[in-house]
Formats: sequence, C-alpha cells, structure tokens
Amino acid sequence: MTSNETGAPVVELKAAGKSYGNIRALHGVNLTVHAGKVTCVLGDNGAGKSTLIKIISGLHQHTEGEFLVDGGAVRFSTPREALDKGIATVYQDLAVVPLMPVWRNFFLGSETTKGPWPLRRLDIEGMKKTADRELREMGIVLDDLEQPIGTLSGGQRQCVAIARAVYFGARVLILDEPTAALGVKQSGVVLKYIAAARDRGLGVIFITHNPHHAYMVGDHFSVLRLGTMELNASRDEVSLEELTNHMAGGSELAALKHELSQVRGVDVEELPEAGDLVAPVASGE
Amino acid sequence: MSVTQHAEPAVTAPPAPGPKETDGRTAQRPLALRLLARPEVGVFLGAVAVYVFFLVSAPPVRDGSSMANVLYQSSTIGIMALPVALLMVGGEFDLSSGVAVITSALTASMLAYQLSMNVWMGVLLALLVSLAIGFLNGWLVVKTGLPSFLITLGSFLILQGVNLAVTKLVTGNVATDDISDMDGFDQAKKVFASSFEVGGVQVKITIVYWLVFAALATWVLLRTKYGNWIFAVGGNKESARAVGVPVTFTKISLFMLVGFGAWFVGMHNLFSFNTVQSGEGVGQELIYISAAVIGGCLLTGGAGSAIGPVFGAFMFGMVQQGIVYAGWNPDWFKAFLGVMLLGAVLINLWVSRTATRR
Ligand SMILES: Nc1ncnc2c1ncn2[C@@H]1O[C@H](COP(=O)(O)OP(=O)(O)OP(=O)(O)O)[C@@H](O)[C@H]1O
Ligand SMILES: [Mg+2]
Repeated sequence: MTSNETGAPVVELKAAGKSYGNIRALHGVNLTVHAGKVTCVLGDNGAGKSTLIKIISGLHQHTEGEFLVDGGAVRFSTPREALDKGIATVYQDLAVVPLMPVWRNFFLGSETTKGPWPLRRLDIEGMKKTADRELREMGIVLDDLEQPIGTLSGGQRQCVAIARAVYFGARVLILDEPTAALGVKQSGVVLKYIAAARDRGLGVIFITHNPHHAYMVGDHFSVLRLGTMELNASRDEVSLEELTNHMAGGSELAALKHELSQVRGVDVEELPEAGDLVAPVASGE
Repeated sequence: MSVTQHAEPAVTAPPAPGPKETDGRTAQRPLALRLLARPEVGVFLGAVAVYVFFLVSAPPVRDGSSMANVLYQSSTIGIMALPVALLMVGGEFDLSSGVAVITSALTASMLAYQLSMNVWMGVLLALLVSLAIGFLNGWLVVKTGLPSFLITLGSFLILQGVNLAVTKLVTGNVATDDISDMDGFDQAKKVFASSFEVGGVQVKITIVYWLVFAALATWVLLRTKYGNWIFAVGGNKESARAVGVPVTFTKISLFMLVGFGAWFVGMHNLFSFNTVQSGEGVGQELIYISAAVIGGCLLTGGAGSAIGPVFGAFMFGMVQQGIVYAGWNPDWFKAFLGVMLLGAVLINLWVSRTATRR
C-alpha cells in the first residue's frame, strides 16, 4: 500500500464487511496492521469503527471479505481466541464488571494461579501487586484495589481498561476511543503508552475522534464514513489539516458552508472550502 | 501473555510511585460499619436472633438432640441452597431445583427396582439424569438468551408432570416401591443417610456434607478462576465474554452443579425413607432461593457468598423445627419464612445504604 510499511502485516482485513441482520454496518474495508506501527481509524459516530475492531477482537464475525492474522485466514468465535493470538482490546464500553474489585477486573479472563492442580488457586498477592504497579505507571493511584471498579470515576475505569490491555496485549493492541473520557494529563499518558507499545514492536490500532491525538502517534490513517473507507493513507500522504477536514465531515461541511452562508449570523470563514480537501499539503510534522 | 516493560520513564511522570502511597481521599469507615455492610454478617446476626428467640420461647430447643434435629433440617435445605446461590451469583435462577430432587430420587429408585439392579446402578443413572437436566436448562438459557426464569419455569412444570405421570405408569401408585431390601441399599444408606454419635447425640451425616460443601464452595468462589468467572458472568456477561471468560461453560456448569445438588439431596431422601413420593418437591425451589437471598446473594447476580446461604438455611431449619418444639401450629412456618425474607431484604437494603454511604 505504501512505502514505509515493510514486512508482512500482523493483522489484515481485505474487503471485509459486517451486517447486523439487514443493517450493513461495514463494507469493503481494507486495513493492515504492521508490527511497530500505529494504524489510526477515524470517523463519525456510527461510522462503523467499533464494528471494525469487534471483528478483529473476536466479539463479532465478519460477514464478507477476509480477515487474516499472520497471513492466514481466521474467523474468531470468541475473544479468547483473539487474546490467545496476542490481540488485546480496550473496548469503548471498557468491558469491566462494576461489582468486582479493581484487581479482579484487571486479571479477569487471564487470571494467574499457583499450586498443583487440586489446590490450584488464584495468585492473589501477585495479581494485586502487578495490577497496582501497572496502574501506578498509568498515573492512577488507588487506596484500595479491593474496591469495586464501579466506584471509580469514568476516567479511572478507562485507565484500568487500558492498563489491562497494554499488559496482556502481546502483539496487537486495539484501543477504541481510549482518550474520550480522559483529562489532558491522562490523555498524554495514553498517547505515550501507544508510542511505547509501538516501539516495543506491537501493532496498534488506535480509534479516536481526535485528529490531533491521531496525528501525534499515527503511522497510517483510515477514515470511515457510513461503513466504508473514505481515506486510507500513510502519514507522508496526508497532513493534519487534511485529516481534520476529512474528520470534520469534509465535503459535507463545504456544502453545508454554502447553505449556511445564506443564513445571517453564521460565521463561515473558518470552515474549509471543498477545494481544500483535494490538495494534500505535505506537512513536515 | 508477556509482561510489558516501559522503556523510558515518562516525562509527564505519574506521581512518584511508592508502594505505600495512597491518594489519601478515602477516610476509613469504622470497622463495625464495614463489617455490617457485608451481607453475610447481617444474615449471621439474623440467624443468632432467630436462635435466641426459640431458645427463649421453646425450651426443648435447648436440648442437644433438638439442636441436631435443627441442623439436620437446615442441612437438607442448605445443601441445595449452595448451588442455587452460586447459580444466582452467576446471574441465573433455577425454578426446577425442587422437583429435580424428586426426579433424581424417582429415577434411582424405579430403575433399580424395575430392572432389579444393584441400587448403585440406579444412583449412577440418577446422577447422569440430574446432570443432563442441569445441562439442558443451562444450554437452553445460554443459546436462547431467554430469562432463566422462563426456561426453568418450563422445566419445573415438565418435571413435576413427568414425576407424577411416570411414577403412576410404572408403579401404578403415587409412590415408588420400597427398595430397602435390594443389593447395595445398606451401603448407599451409609453414604447418603447415615448418622453418627457425638456426645450421646445422634448427628445426621448430611450436616457434615453441608458444611464441607459450604467450605468448598467458599474456596471455589473466592480463590479459583472458576469463582472469578461466576461473579463476572453474573455481574456483566458481555464484559466477561469480551475479556475472554468462557461464559457459556460457566453458566451451563452452574446449572449442572444445581443438578448435582438435586441428585445428592434426592439420594439422601431415597435412602432415608426407602420410597419416594412423586408429588413432593414443589415449592422447595422457592425455599432454596429464599435461603440464598437471605444469605446476601444478589437476585440480579454478580454478588454473594457461599457462607451467607449457610446461615440462611440455618434460619429456615431453626424456624421449621423451632415451631414444632414451641408447640405451635406448623402451618405458621411459611408465614415465618415470608416475614424473615422481607425482614432480611429490608435490613440488608438499609444497612448497605447507611454503611456504604460514601
Ligand atoms: N449489535 C448491533 N446490532 C445492530 N446494529 C448495530 C450493532 N452494533 C452496531 N450497529 C450499527 O452499526 C453502525 C456502526 O456502529 P459502530 O458502533 O461501529 O459505530 P462507531 O463508529 O464505533 O461509532 P461511535 O463513534 O459512536 O463509537 C451503527 O449504525 C450501529 O447502529
Ligand atoms: Mg464506537
């Protein structure tokens, strides 16, 4: 696809699509995730971003096209299979169990145990220690890891979910709008995590509404609109400005600008012209 | 799963990580309040209150053998209340658990008698039937996504009808034939329905099973992966699935665990009374569920314990026998149960509102 992506992709979607009954949420999507690269997926609400990552994380199955991991076609029937391939996900709804303690949530589904079989039991001390360490690295300090995760703030919960995926994602890390509920500092920490994961050689899929966040860490950008791919470009093919315009609704906005200019009192100076969208400005970061 | 290391120390450094550091905003609530907030403690206090009440109003209760009787009564409820409680923590109900006990006993008894087998063969086949019923309940609930209330209401009615009709068909009677002179009966009775002496008091073996099962269930719930999964599938099934918990396995196995409990109690009934009344068991499922709820299991799933239902079952056994010892009309039992259930639920609600106020 582009020059700076070398080696075989870890995860690849070829003309993949997904229908929920008669709702076609996703259609003809191509996506490649390489080790050590960050692929950003952007798009409006309902564009199909979550649907896309749910296919990769094993929560849903694609109904058309191909899904390849390490070059081989796969069809995950449970998220466990994706996890076993080293694909970990931070879901938009976080996938935590509110009544369970923080540390149990952190290790849920991947609990560590000790002792021989009939007496095999949870390694509670070890799990608490690990969870505490990983959370502190995220800048989250909790008085009591035994407190139900439902009593944490939305942002804290998000950090737990991210810390968990970073800890268990061995090869591919998927983040569905991880910075949506976060403050400036925590967003910075998350972006740094993404960069750190990339530098460790993980393939990262980063879903966000924020083109600035995307442009800070992304190597490749895909913009979804109404379930199809509108833009699929690597970093050297697209500028932040262009990305923002695509994100902001691009051509629709330009049309809207025309309509709005007929209405008194709406300042349209700041909105892009349709022409802005087809002239890529090779920005040097 | 590899442990990840983060290369450079972050520039927007997280607050200096020290193991003892806390964010210092949580004032410790007094120990008494924190304890009271635990539903198991509430039901323990309730059990003590009921015990003291009958100690005062029914003098024969003070006798050692009366206590053994109370505990025996409690154990027959308690053994079933345990898997029912685990299932409730896992977010599901089983309304067929009461009649399933009778189904299991009928299966063992009639198969052994009609085919003149060693009773152990009947016992084994009954176990298979009970596990299969549990599996079917669980499988239907998981595959259809329908509320377990509906599915098991169906199996409750089916089993109730089958119990009566098949027994009538096979024996021409409402009860099964006496199997006490058959091969293996004495041995099986030793296992399921014997008693032993402690300080001059006859103690039923089911009490021992009850407490051992309760200890086992507590360990499983709090110290094993499987226990973690039970809380997770009851607390949020979708989230649990998303992070890799085998939701289908956990739910179906919980229903099968109820099947196992039904088999165990069924075998106890069979070997202590030698015959089985096919119409019994109706309404017992609500007693098991009540014991679990009084024991602090959340009706909607995701929270609870195994020790709470032990005290819940004890309260029921105490009331059931206490009424007899006090010389009152045993018809009052159900009314008492209702009052205790409501009382426990209201007190739990009040306590958790005051004690967990943040
Ligand atoms: N389980 C489902 N059943 C039916 N339709 C669904 C389901 N999940 C998603 N959809 C539909 O698929 C489309 C894409 O949804 P998706 O959640 O992927 O959007 P998104 O890009 O993640 O949006 P957001 O930015 O709001 O998170 C929507 O129109 C939605 O209504
Ligand atoms: Mg989404």
